[in-house]
Amino acid sequence: MSEQSKNTTAPFLEVKDLAVEYYSGGKVIHAVNGVNLTLEKGKTLGLVGETGAGKTTIAKSILRILPDVGAKVANGQISLDGQNLLSLPEHEMRKIRGNKISMIFQDPMTALNPVQTVGDQIAEAVRLHNGGNKRQAEERAEEMLKMVGISADRYYEYPHQFSGGMKQRVVIAIALACNPDLLLADEPTTALDVTIQAQVLDLIAELRQKYNTAMLLITHDMGVVATTCDDVAVIYAGNIIEYGTKEQIFDHPTHPYTIGLFAAIPSMSEDEEWLHPIEGLPPDPAALPEGCAFHPRCPYATEECKKQPIAMQITKDGHQCRCCCMEQIAKGE
Amino acid sequence: MVPVIEVKGLKKYFPTPRGMLHAVDDVTLSIERGKTLGVVGESGCGKSTLGRTIIHLQESTGGQILLEGEDITHVRGKELRRARERMQIVFQDPYSSLDPRQTVDATIREPLVVSKRYKKSEIDEATAALMEYVGIDARLRMSYPHELDGGRRQRVGIARALALNPDFVVCDEPVSALDVSIQAQVLNLLKKLQQDRGLTYMFVTHDMSVVRHISDDICVMYLGQVVEKCPSKELFKNPLHPYTKALLSAIPSVDIHHPNKREILKGEITSPINPKPGCRFAARCPFATEACYQPQKQEEVATGHFVRCCRVHELG
Repeated sequence: MSEQSKNTTAPFLEVKDLAVEYYSGGKVIHAVNGVNLTLEKGKTLGLVGETGAGKTTIAKSILRILPDVGAKVANGQISLDGQNLLSLPEHEMRKIRGNKISMIFQDPMTALNPVQTVGDQIAEAVRLHNGGNKRQAEERAEEMLKMVGISADRYYEYPHQFSGGMKQRVVIAIALACNPDLLLADEPTTALDVTIQAQVLDLIAELRQKYNTAMLLITHDMGVVATTCDDVAVIYAGNIIEYGTKEQIFDHPTHPYTIGLFAAIPSMSEDEEWLHPIEGLPPDPAALPEGCAFHPRCPYATEECKKQPIAMQITKDGHQCRCCCMEQIAKGE
Repeated sequence: MVPVIEVKGLKKYFPTPRGMLHAVDDVTLSIERGKTLGVVGESGCGKSTLGRTIIHLQESTGGQILLEGEDITHVRGKELRRARERMQIVFQDPYSSLDPRQTVDATIREPLVVSKRYKKSEIDEATAALMEYVGIDARLRMSYPHELDGGRRQRVGIARALALNPDFVVCDEPVSALDVSIQAQVLNLLKKLQQDRGLTYMFVTHDMSVVRHISDDICVMYLGQVVEKCPSKELFKNPLHPYTKALLSAIPSVDIHHPNKREILKGEITSPINPKPGCRFAARCPFATEACYQPQKQEEVATGHFVRCCRVHELG
């Protein structure tokens, strides 16, 4: 995507042809269907899509925390810094989790242990990965608390004594305590109010800049993407349907789904009597439609779209789009 | 014209072990027929409590509630039931606000049955008409909530609220659990219903772009009090209260070439338990002075534009 990736041989994070299946009630649910993405150090990639599109499943596959029973990586490769994560033995993977890769979960209310002080929860991660004695880990935990804007006096308090925004800051402190190379942020601000969201996004940006951390940001909020990301991947029914730089996606959305997604957001600058929803519903992942998964809702759908899976098309400047009618749509036909 | 809903000095306090929690404190507002009042603010500011107190899901602590000029603050028994038929609510969470053991049909029919005013044949007809009206396929009549997606469940909630032809509907974050593409479908439906039936809405939300789209007037709440109230367009063009300004600037803009100039607020919403008399925003306000810690009056700075801030003229 970026200049960097063209010059060096292997990108920092590379996901290739990833497919993940869940099994439930005798049915196979195709949650992720052949996702390809790359991410360089210090960059942020936004994964955008609706509920059930497979965003969180992609992040969980990278960290290998999919449930043992009922879920399977059916195909694909994930490599971080040249190392294939999917073939690592579990004890090696444990060293990577929380150390090289860490994750911020959506709901700070459930991500913390309610019967352990917040300070100890940060110190635990530090001791596990960096070793050192208890005192050193505690010092690091205090440092992290201060860094996320919480006074070190509150080290011995429990999560229930914190507000939602502060809990999310503790979760961020845990995730960043070991200076990870890759941060997976799964809707980190969705549960927060806008003024607190602004604080948390600023904090993440500041810390990332300091440590040159790469981030995969999962969100459904286009505004958050616009303020935070370098690149954007739009996901629909477990597949990336459009992929490009933030400028490419926001200035020239090409896939009918992306176009529809932007049109559905109530405008902050213009007055419109009616909104423009995307008609219909996202498909059932246990029974995906033939061909393009979006065709039942697509205003441009042709017979062609119903026949076979659509290949990703790449324009000269690296903007990717999975649509066979994109040229006609671009011309406004 | 008599407003459909008028609220004067409404208070709702909750006793807690640490003192009195002032969830709604001295709120005065009115909504004309066919209009939508948006209520915005952050979690814990009392916006949902305000809606629920107005429609008598909770007893008010003080103040007055008028429904078409008639004082319903202390009505009980039969009169309360009559008042409730005219005031309904659509809840935030379409997953927990429907009875998991009732079919779509039974859920929508229930208010009609409970009112004891209709014959069975009339109820059958009305239920089918309501389902069609809110856009639920007739084949889903016997489905249970778990078989429906969020958008359809919310349509069931809307049909149930409209069953008795209310005058006033409180929409308590009705679209915040839905994806944008579905959110737009439901917002369009609410707007169409309002135009067809002359409904009056109080639309509670934390999403500024949604409230801008749907509201005629907006009031901004902070810690139980209305800090600013004015027509929707005016609020976005000319916000006056420092909190409103900060709130608007915090919204991440989808325009990547003109990002919002963000004013990052320090600190978080303070506790609503036993609040001090002054401006409740003073502790986080970058412009706070001594005077802000005295009780604040609501002032009409322009026609229909009310602000509760003693420094509003200086700050401009």
